[in-house]
Amino acid sequence: METIVAAFPYLLLGMKVTLYIFFFSIIFGFLIGLLTALMRLTTIKPLNWIAKVFVDIIRGTPFIVQLFFIYFGLNGLEFISLDRTVAGILTVSINAGAYFSEIIRAGILSIDKGQTEAARSLGLTKVQTMRTIVLPQAFRTMLPTITNQSIISFKDTSLLSIIGIADIVQRGKVHASTTFKPFEVWLTVGVIYFVIIYLMSLLSSFIERRYKIK
Amino acid sequence: MTLIQVRNLKKSFGELEVLKDINVEIKEQEVVCVIGPSGSGKSTFLRCLNRLEGITGGHILIDGKDITDPKLDINKVRENVGMVFQQFNLFPHMTVLQNIMHAPLMLRKGDKQSIEKQALELLAKVGLSDKAKASPSELSGGQKQRVAIARALAMNPKIMLFDEPTSALDPEVVGDVLSVMKQLALEGMTMIVVTHEMGFAREVGDRVIFMDGGYIVEENVPEELFGNPQEVRTKSFLSKVL
Repeated sequence: METIVAAFPYLLLGMKVTLYIFFFSIIFGFLIGLLTALMRLTTIKPLNWIAKVFVDIIRGTPFIVQLFFIYFGLNGLEFISLDRTVAGILTVSINAGAYFSEIIRAGILSIDKGQTEAARSLGLTKVQTMRTIVLPQAFRTMLPTITNQSIISFKDTSLLSIIGIADIVQRGKVHASTTFKPFEVWLTVGVIYFVIIYLMSLLSSFIERRYKIK
Repeated sequence: MTLIQVRNLKKSFGELEVLKDINVEIKEQEVVCVIGPSGSGKSTFLRCLNRLEGITGGHILIDGKDITDPKLDINKVRENVGMVFQQFNLFPHMTVLQNIMHAPLMLRKGDKQSIEKQALELLAKVGLSDKAKASPSELSGGQKQRVAIARALAMNPKIMLFDEPTSALDPEVVGDVLSVMKQLALEGMTMIVVTHEMGFAREVGDRVIFMDGGYIVEENVPEELFGNPQEVRTKSFLSKVL
Protein backbone atom coordinates (compact mmCIF):
# COMPACT_ATOMS: atom_id res chain seq x y z
CA MET A 1 0.00 0.00 0.00
CA GLU A 2 2.76 2.45 0.89
CA THR A 3 4.36 1.63 -2.45
CA ILE A 4 1.20 2.61 -4.26
CA VAL A 5 0.78 5.82 -2.28
CA ALA A 6 4.40 6.74 -2.82
CA ALA A 7 4.31 5.91 -6.52
CA PHE A 8 1.08 7.70 -7.22
CA PRO A 9 2.25 11.34 -7.67
CA TYR A 10 5.24 10.19 -9.69
CA LEU A 11 3.06 8.09 -12.02
CA LEU A 12 0.48 10.85 -12.32
CA LEU A 13 3.17 13.14 -13.66
CA GLY A 14 3.68 10.53 -16.35
CA MET A 15 -0.03 10.53 -17.07
CA LYS A 16 0.21 14.28 -17.58
CA VAL A 17 2.74 13.62 -20.35
CA THR A 18 0.49 10.91 -21.80
CA LEU A 19 -2.50 13.23 -21.82
CA TYR A 20 -0.49 16.06 -23.32
CA ILE A 21 0.65 13.88 -26.21
CA PHE A 22 -2.81 12.39 -26.63
CA PHE A 23 -4.48 15.82 -26.70
CA PHE A 24 -2.38 17.13 -29.59
CA SER A 25 -2.33 13.80 -31.42
CA ILE A 26 -6.09 13.48 -31.40
CA ILE A 27 -6.58 17.02 -32.73
CA PHE A 28 -3.99 16.59 -35.49
CA GLY A 29 -5.18 13.04 -36.14
CA PHE A 30 -8.73 14.21 -36.56
CA LEU A 31 -7.69 16.97 -38.95
CA ILE A 32 -5.61 14.48 -40.97
CA GLY A 33 -8.57 12.10 -40.99
CA LEU A 34 -11.04 14.76 -42.09
CA LEU A 35 -8.73 16.05 -44.81
CA THR A 36 -7.94 12.62 -46.24
CA ALA A 37 -11.58 11.53 -46.01
CA LEU A 38 -12.62 14.57 -48.05
CA MET A 39 -9.76 13.85 -50.47
CA ARG A 40 -11.10 10.32 -50.93
CA LEU A 41 -14.55 11.69 -51.69
CA THR A 42 -13.65 14.32 -54.29
CA THR A 43 -13.77 13.60 -57.99
CA ILE A 44 -10.15 14.68 -58.36
CA LYS A 45 -8.33 11.40 -59.06
CA PRO A 46 -4.81 12.24 -57.79
CA LEU A 47 -6.25 13.36 -54.43
CA ASN A 48 -8.27 10.13 -54.12
CA TRP A 49 -5.16 8.19 -54.87
CA ILE A 50 -2.89 10.00 -52.39
CA ALA A 51 -5.43 9.60 -49.59
CA LYS A 52 -6.01 5.94 -50.34
CA VAL A 53 -2.29 5.14 -50.43
CA PHE A 54 -1.79 6.99 -47.14
CA VAL A 55 -4.54 5.03 -45.40
CA ASP A 56 -3.37 1.72 -46.86
CA ILE A 57 0.23 2.25 -45.78
CA ILE A 58 -0.64 3.25 -42.22
CA ARG A 59 -3.16 0.46 -41.79
CA GLY A 60 -0.79 -2.02 -43.35
CA THR A 61 2.13 -1.41 -40.98
CA PRO A 62 2.43 -1.81 -37.19
CA PHE A 63 2.39 1.24 -34.97
CA ILE A 64 5.78 0.43 -33.54
CA VAL A 65 7.34 0.30 -37.01
CA GLN A 66 5.83 3.69 -37.82
CA LEU A 67 7.24 5.05 -34.57
CA PHE A 68 10.72 3.68 -35.23
CA PHE A 69 10.61 4.88 -38.82
CA ILE A 70 9.75 8.42 -37.76
CA TYR A 71 11.95 8.67 -34.68
CA PHE A 72 14.99 6.66 -35.75
CA GLY A 73 14.53 6.53 -39.51
CA LEU A 74 13.73 10.15 -40.21
CA ASN A 75 16.11 11.38 -37.53
CA GLY A 76 18.83 9.40 -39.26
CA LEU A 77 18.52 11.74 -42.21
CA GLU A 78 20.91 14.68 -42.10
CA PHE A 79 18.41 17.47 -42.54
CA ILE A 80 15.79 16.26 -40.07
CA SER A 81 15.89 16.50 -36.34
CA LEU A 82 12.82 15.59 -34.34
CA ASP A 83 12.74 15.50 -30.58
CA ARG A 84 11.00 12.59 -28.87
CA THR A 85 7.79 14.37 -28.09
CA VAL A 86 7.39 15.73 -31.61
CA ALA A 87 8.12 12.31 -33.11
CA GLY A 88 5.65 10.73 -30.69
CA ILE A 89 2.86 13.19 -31.43
CA LEU A 90 3.56 12.88 -35.15
CA THR A 91 3.33 9.09 -35.08
CA VAL A 92 0.14 8.93 -33.04
CA SER A 93 -1.44 11.69 -35.18
CA ILE A 94 -0.65 9.99 -38.46
CA ASN A 95 -1.70 6.59 -37.17
CA ALA A 96 -5.00 7.84 -35.71
CA GLY A 97 -5.51 9.99 -38.81
CA ALA A 98 -5.59 6.97 -41.09
CA TYR A 99 -8.21 5.24 -38.97
CA PHE A 100 -10.23 8.43 -38.50
CA SER A 101 -10.12 8.86 -42.25
CA GLU A 102 -12.03 5.66 -42.87
CA ILE A 103 -14.47 6.38 -40.03
CA ILE A 104 -15.20 9.87 -41.37
CA ARG A 105 -15.48 8.67 -44.95
CA ALA A 106 -17.99 5.99 -43.97
CA GLY A 107 -19.87 8.52 -41.82
CA ILE A 108 -20.18 10.98 -44.70
CA LEU A 109 -21.29 8.23 -47.09
CA SER A 110 -23.94 7.09 -44.61
CA ILE A 111 -25.82 10.38 -44.96
CA ASP A 112 -28.65 10.13 -47.46
CA LYS A 113 -27.92 11.72 -50.83
CA GLY A 114 -31.24 13.53 -50.61
CA GLN A 115 -29.75 15.75 -47.88
CA THR A 116 -27.07 17.02 -50.24
CA GLU A 117 -29.57 17.41 -53.06
CA ALA A 118 -31.95 19.41 -50.91
CA ALA A 119 -29.16 21.71 -49.73
CA ARG A 120 -27.72 22.18 -53.22
CA SER A 121 -31.17 22.81 -54.69
CA LEU A 122 -31.52 25.74 -52.27
CA GLY A 123 -28.37 27.29 -53.70
CA LEU A 124 -25.89 26.25 -51.01
CA THR A 125 -22.37 25.64 -52.28
CA LYS A 126 -20.64 22.27 -51.97
CA VAL A 127 -18.60 23.51 -49.02
CA GLN A 128 -21.61 25.01 -47.22
CA THR A 129 -23.53 21.78 -47.77
CA MET A 130 -20.72 19.66 -46.40
CA ARG A 131 -20.11 21.93 -43.41
CA THR A 132 -23.68 22.64 -42.32
CA ILE A 133 -25.72 19.68 -43.54
CA VAL A 134 -23.62 16.56 -44.09
CA LEU A 135 -20.86 16.77 -41.47
CA PRO A 136 -23.09 17.72 -38.50
CA GLN A 137 -25.22 14.65 -39.19
CA ALA A 138 -22.26 12.42 -40.03
CA PHE A 139 -20.45 13.30 -36.77
CA ARG A 140 -23.42 12.20 -34.73
CA THR A 141 -23.39 8.76 -36.33
CA MET A 142 -19.60 8.56 -36.13
CA LEU A 143 -19.25 9.53 -32.48
CA PRO A 144 -19.19 6.00 -30.97
CA THR A 145 -16.58 4.82 -33.50
CA ILE A 146 -14.54 8.00 -33.06
CA THR A 147 -14.55 7.44 -29.31
CA ASN A 148 -13.44 3.88 -29.83
CA GLN A 149 -10.55 4.88 -32.05
CA SER A 150 -9.57 7.68 -29.67
CA ILE A 151 -9.36 5.15 -26.84
CA ILE A 152 -7.19 2.89 -28.97
CA SER A 153 -4.89 5.81 -29.82
CA PHE A 154 -4.79 6.80 -26.16
CA LYS A 155 -3.52 3.35 -25.30
CA ASP A 156 -1.12 3.39 -28.25
CA THR A 157 0.68 6.33 -26.64
CA SER A 158 1.99 3.83 -24.08
CA LEU A 159 4.32 2.51 -26.80
CA LEU A 160 6.06 5.88 -26.90
CA SER A 161 7.86 4.87 -23.69
CA ILE A 162 10.08 2.78 -25.97
CA ILE A 163 11.70 5.89 -27.46
CA GLY A 164 12.20 7.28 -23.97
CA ILE A 165 9.24 9.60 -23.56
CA ALA A 166 8.61 9.98 -19.83
CA ASP A 167 4.98 8.92 -19.99
CA ILE A 168 3.23 6.89 -17.35
CA VAL A 169 4.53 3.56 -18.69
CA GLN A 170 8.11 4.77 -18.82
CA ARG A 171 7.81 6.00 -15.26
CA GLY A 172 6.20 2.71 -14.28
CA LYS A 173 9.17 0.81 -15.68
CA VAL A 174 11.64 2.96 -13.78
CA HIS A 175 9.66 2.80 -10.57
CA ALA A 176 9.03 -0.93 -10.72
CA SER A 177 12.72 -1.66 -11.19
CA THR A 178 13.88 0.70 -8.46
CA THR A 179 11.33 -0.39 -5.85
CA PHE A 180 11.20 -4.08 -6.80
CA LYS A 181 7.40 -3.87 -6.48
CA PRO A 182 6.17 -4.52 -10.04
CA PHE A 183 2.80 -5.84 -8.89
CA GLU A 184 1.81 -2.65 -7.09
CA VAL A 185 3.29 -0.32 -9.70
CA TRP A 186 1.68 -1.92 -12.74
CA LEU A 187 -1.62 -2.33 -10.93
CA THR A 188 -1.59 1.40 -10.22
CA VAL A 189 -0.69 2.25 -13.81
CA GLY A 190 -3.53 0.03 -15.04
CA VAL A 191 -6.04 1.64 -12.68
CA ILE A 192 -5.03 5.15 -13.77
CA TYR A 193 -5.47 4.21 -17.44
CA PHE A 194 -8.79 2.58 -16.72
CA VAL A 195 -10.20 5.55 -14.83
CA ILE A 196 -9.24 8.02 -17.56
CA ILE A 197 -10.61 5.84 -20.36
CA TYR A 198 -13.79 5.31 -18.40
CA LEU A 199 -14.19 9.08 -18.05
CA MET A 200 -13.65 9.44 -21.80
CA SER A 201 -16.46 6.95 -22.47
CA LEU A 202 -18.75 8.85 -20.12
CA LEU A 203 -17.97 12.11 -21.87
CA SER A 204 -18.69 10.52 -25.23
CA SER A 205 -22.07 9.15 -24.12
CA PHE A 206 -22.91 12.54 -22.70
CA ILE A 207 -22.12 14.27 -25.99
CA GLU A 208 -24.04 11.61 -27.86
CA ARG A 209 -27.15 12.17 -25.74
CA ARG A 210 -26.77 15.94 -25.84
CA TYR A 211 -26.65 16.14 -29.65
CA LYS A 212 -28.90 13.24 -30.46
CA ILE A 213 -31.20 13.81 -33.44
CA LYS A 214 -34.70 13.42 -32.12
CA MET B 1 -42.93 35.69 -71.17
CA THR B 2 -40.93 32.49 -71.57
CA LEU B 3 -39.16 31.59 -68.35
CA ILE B 4 -37.77 28.15 -69.18
CA GLN B 5 -36.64 27.00 -72.56
CA VAL B 6 -35.47 23.44 -73.10
CA ARG B 7 -33.85 22.63 -76.43
CA ASN B 8 -32.83 19.15 -77.60
CA LEU B 9 -32.18 18.04 -74.03
CA LYS B 10 -30.47 14.66 -73.82
CA LYS B 11 -29.42 12.79 -70.72
CA SER B 12 -27.71 9.42 -70.43
CA PHE B 13 -26.65 7.39 -67.44
CA GLY B 14 -23.76 5.46 -68.95
CA GLU B 15 -25.20 3.43 -71.79
CA LEU B 16 -28.76 4.12 -70.80
CA GLU B 17 -30.31 7.09 -72.58
CA VAL B 18 -33.04 8.37 -70.29
CA LEU B 19 -33.92 11.61 -72.06
CA LYS B 20 -33.73 11.46 -75.84
CA ASP B 21 -34.76 14.78 -77.25
CA ILE B 22 -36.79 17.05 -75.03
CA ASN B 23 -38.01 20.39 -76.32
CA VAL B 24 -40.33 22.49 -74.26
CA GLU B 25 -41.02 26.09 -73.30
CA ILE B 26 -42.59 27.18 -70.08
CA LYS B 27 -44.03 30.62 -69.56
CA GLU B 28 -44.02 32.72 -66.43
CA GLN B 29 -46.85 31.81 -64.02
CA GLU B 30 -47.58 28.63 -65.92
CA VAL B 31 -48.34 25.42 -64.04
CA VAL B 32 -47.10 22.43 -66.00
CA CYS B 33 -47.81 18.90 -64.83
CA VAL B 34 -45.62 16.08 -66.11
CA ILE B 35 -47.17 12.63 -66.14
CA GLY B 36 -46.06 9.30 -67.51
CA PRO B 37 -45.18 5.74 -66.55
CA SER B 38 -42.26 5.08 -64.21
CA GLY B 39 -38.97 5.04 -66.09
CA SER B 40 -40.27 7.50 -68.64
CA GLY B 41 -37.64 10.07 -67.61
CA LYS B 42 -39.97 12.61 -66.02
CA SER B 43 -38.06 12.90 -62.73
CA THR B 44 -34.75 13.04 -64.57
CA PHE B 45 -36.15 15.81 -66.75
CA LEU B 46 -37.11 17.79 -63.65
CA ARG B 47 -33.72 17.23 -62.02
CA CYS B 48 -31.96 18.50 -65.14
CA LEU B 49 -33.77 21.83 -64.79
CA ASN B 50 -31.69 22.78 -61.72
CA ARG B 51 -28.73 20.68 -62.81
CA LEU B 52 -29.03 18.17 -60.01
CA GLU B 53 -28.35 15.91 -62.95
CA GLY B 54 -25.63 16.89 -65.40
CA ILE B 55 -26.84 17.23 -68.95
CA THR B 56 -25.50 15.08 -71.77
CA GLY B 57 -26.65 17.26 -74.64
CA GLY B 58 -28.79 20.24 -75.57
CA HIS B 59 -29.52 23.48 -73.76
CA ILE B 60 -31.69 24.70 -70.93
CA LEU B 61 -32.33 28.41 -70.63
CA ILE B 62 -33.79 29.73 -67.40
CA ASP B 63 -34.69 33.39 -67.42
CA GLY B 64 -32.51 33.74 -70.52
CA LYS B 65 -29.42 32.17 -68.91
CA ASP B 66 -28.04 28.95 -70.33
CA ILE B 67 -27.61 26.73 -67.27
CA THR B 68 -25.63 24.19 -69.28
CA ASP B 69 -22.83 26.77 -69.55
CA PRO B 70 -20.09 25.49 -67.20
CA LYS B 71 -18.98 29.07 -66.48
CA LEU B 72 -22.37 29.96 -65.04
CA ASP B 73 -22.64 30.03 -61.24
CA ILE B 74 -25.24 27.30 -60.86
CA ASN B 75 -25.79 28.17 -57.18
CA LYS B 76 -27.17 31.56 -58.18
CA VAL B 77 -29.59 29.87 -60.60
CA ARG B 78 -30.67 27.38 -57.95
CA GLU B 79 -31.56 30.22 -55.58
CA ASN B 80 -34.30 31.07 -58.07
CA VAL B 81 -35.46 27.51 -58.64
CA GLY B 82 -37.00 25.85 -55.58
CA MET B 83 -37.35 22.09 -55.44
CA VAL B 84 -39.58 19.77 -53.45
CA PHE B 85 -38.66 16.09 -53.25
CA GLN B 86 -40.68 12.92 -52.92
CA GLN B 87 -38.79 12.01 -49.73
CA PHE B 88 -39.01 15.57 -48.27
CA ASN B 89 -35.29 15.62 -47.37
CA LEU B 90 -35.77 17.89 -44.38
CA PHE B 91 -32.60 18.45 -42.35
CA PRO B 92 -33.12 16.19 -39.31
CA HIS B 93 -30.59 17.99 -37.10
CA MET B 94 -32.50 21.26 -37.25
CA THR B 95 -35.89 22.39 -36.05
CA VAL B 96 -38.64 23.15 -38.53
CA LEU B 97 -37.92 26.88 -38.31
CA GLN B 98 -34.17 26.34 -38.73
CA ASN B 99 -34.86 24.21 -41.81
CA ILE B 100 -36.67 27.12 -43.41
CA MET B 101 -34.19 29.79 -42.30
CA HIS B 102 -31.02 27.87 -43.09
CA ALA B 103 -30.49 28.69 -46.77
CA PRO B 104 -31.47 32.38 -46.52
CA LEU B 105 -29.13 32.74 -43.52
CA MET B 106 -26.24 30.97 -45.24
CA LEU B 107 -26.70 32.96 -48.42
CA ARG B 108 -27.33 36.25 -46.56
CA LYS B 109 -30.74 37.05 -47.93
CA GLY B 110 -31.35 39.77 -45.36
CA ASP B 111 -30.81 40.11 -41.63
CA LYS B 112 -31.70 37.39 -39.18
CA GLN B 113 -34.85 39.10 -37.90
CA SER B 114 -36.41 39.61 -41.31
CA ILE B 115 -35.48 36.07 -42.33
CA GLU B 116 -37.13 34.69 -39.20
CA LYS B 117 -40.21 36.83 -39.79
CA GLN B 118 -40.51 35.54 -43.34
CA ALA B 119 -39.97 31.95 -42.20
CA LEU B 120 -42.80 32.28 -39.68
CA GLU B 121 -45.04 33.75 -42.37
CA LEU B 122 -44.27 30.83 -44.65
CA LEU B 123 -45.04 28.39 -41.85
CA ALA B 124 -48.38 30.12 -41.35
CA LYS B 125 -48.99 29.89 -45.07
CA VAL B 126 -48.54 26.11 -45.08
CA GLY B 127 -50.66 25.86 -41.93
CA LEU B 128 -47.95 24.79 -39.49
CA SER B 129 -47.36 27.83 -37.29
CA ASP B 130 -47.51 25.67 -34.18
CA LYS B 131 -44.63 23.46 -35.40
CA ALA B 132 -41.85 26.06 -35.60
CA LYS B 133 -39.88 24.59 -32.72
CA ALA B 134 -40.64 20.95 -33.58
CA SER B 135 -38.09 18.53 -34.93
CA PRO B 136 -38.83 17.07 -38.39
CA SER B 137 -39.17 13.58 -36.91
CA GLU B 138 -42.15 14.74 -34.87
CA LEU B 139 -44.09 15.60 -38.01
CA SER B 140 -46.32 13.45 -40.19
CA GLY B 141 -45.41 12.96 -43.84
CA GLY B 142 -47.86 15.59 -45.00
CA GLN B 143 -46.53 18.09 -42.48
CA LYS B 144 -42.95 17.33 -43.51
CA GLN B 145 -43.77 17.99 -47.13
CA ARG B 146 -45.45 21.28 -46.29
CA VAL B 147 -42.34 22.34 -44.35
CA ALA B 148 -40.25 21.33 -47.37
CA ILE B 149 -42.39 23.59 -49.55
CA ALA B 150 -41.96 26.46 -47.09
CA ARG B 151 -38.21 25.83 -47.02
CA ALA B 152 -38.00 26.07 -50.81
CA LEU B 153 -40.14 29.22 -50.83
CA ALA B 154 -37.86 30.92 -48.30
CA MET B 155 -35.40 31.68 -51.08
CA ASN B 156 -38.14 33.54 -52.98
CA PRO B 157 -37.73 31.40 -56.08
CA LYS B 158 -39.25 32.30 -59.44
CA ILE B 159 -39.85 28.66 -60.29
CA MET B 160 -40.86 25.70 -58.16
CA LEU B 161 -40.09 22.13 -59.17
CA PHE B 162 -42.08 19.34 -57.54
CA ASP B 163 -40.79 15.78 -57.89
CA GLU B 164 -43.71 13.48 -57.07
CA PRO B 165 -44.44 15.48 -53.91
CA THR B 166 -47.30 13.30 -52.73
CA SER B 167 -46.08 9.83 -53.74
CA ALA B 168 -44.62 9.01 -50.32
CA LEU B 169 -47.63 10.26 -48.39
CA ASP B 170 -50.51 8.48 -46.70
CA PRO B 171 -53.64 9.01 -48.77
CA GLU B 172 -55.42 11.04 -46.09
CA VAL B 173 -52.76 13.77 -46.02
CA VAL B 174 -52.24 14.11 -49.78
CA GLY B 175 -55.00 16.71 -49.91
CA ASP B 176 -53.23 19.01 -47.42
CA VAL B 177 -50.13 19.15 -49.58
CA LEU B 178 -52.04 19.54 -52.82
CA SER B 179 -54.06 22.43 -51.42
CA VAL B 180 -50.86 24.27 -50.46
CA MET B 181 -49.60 23.70 -54.01
CA LYS B 182 -52.87 24.87 -55.46
CA GLN B 183 -52.70 28.04 -53.38
CA LEU B 184 -49.19 28.63 -54.70
CA ALA B 185 -50.39 28.17 -58.28
CA LEU B 186 -53.19 30.66 -57.71
CA GLU B 187 -50.66 33.20 -56.44
CA GLY B 188 -48.94 32.99 -59.81
CA MET B 189 -45.92 30.79 -59.07
CA THR B 190 -44.39 29.12 -62.10
CA MET B 191 -44.55 25.43 -61.30
CA ILE B 192 -43.45 22.18 -62.87
CA VAL B 193 -45.00 19.22 -61.13
CA VAL B 194 -44.09 15.61 -61.79
CA THR B 195 -47.09 13.79 -60.40
CA HIS B 196 -49.36 10.79 -60.37
CA GLU B 197 -52.25 12.92 -59.09
CA MET B 198 -54.33 13.16 -62.25
CA GLY B 199 -57.02 15.10 -60.40
CA PHE B 200 -54.50 17.78 -59.48
CA ALA B 201 -53.07 17.90 -63.00
CA ARG B 202 -56.55 18.30 -64.42
CA GLU B 203 -57.71 20.93 -61.95
CA VAL B 204 -54.59 23.04 -61.36
CA GLY B 205 -52.40 22.43 -64.41
CA ASP B 206 -52.40 24.93 -67.27
CA ARG B 207 -50.76 22.31 -69.40
CA VAL B 208 -50.05 18.61 -69.05
CA ILE B 209 -47.03 16.90 -70.57
CA PHE B 210 -47.13 13.16 -71.12
CA MET B 211 -43.68 11.56 -71.24
CA ASP B 212 -42.74 8.04 -72.25
CA GLY B 213 -39.46 6.39 -73.22
CA GLY B 214 -37.42 9.58 -72.88
CA TYR B 215 -39.61 11.68 -75.15
CA ILE B 216 -42.46 14.11 -74.70
CA VAL B 217 -45.16 12.11 -76.42
CA GLU B 218 -47.96 14.61 -76.12
CA GLU B 219 -48.70 17.93 -74.44
CA ASN B 220 -51.89 19.87 -74.20
CA VAL B 221 -54.27 21.69 -71.91
CA PRO B 222 -55.62 19.22 -69.34
CA GLU B 223 -59.15 19.01 -70.76
CA GLU B 224 -57.80 18.02 -74.16
CA LEU B 225 -55.05 15.68 -72.98
CA PHE B 226 -57.31 13.82 -70.58
CA GLY B 227 -60.50 14.16 -72.64
CA ASN B 228 -59.21 13.68 -76.11
CA PRO B 229 -55.70 12.14 -76.19
CA GLN B 230 -54.21 11.86 -79.67
CA GLU B 231 -51.39 9.37 -79.25
CA VAL B 232 -51.81 5.65 -78.72
CA ARG B 233 -49.35 5.60 -75.82
CA THR B 234 -51.16 8.44 -74.07
CA LYS B 235 -54.48 6.64 -74.45
CA SER B 236 -53.04 3.40 -73.15
CA PHE B 237 -51.43 5.13 -70.13
CA LEU B 238 -54.53 7.11 -69.27
CA SER B 239 -56.72 4.04 -69.54
CA LYS B 240 -54.60 2.43 -66.82
CA VAL B 241 -54.46 5.33 -64.39
CA LEU B 242 -57.84 7.01 -64.72
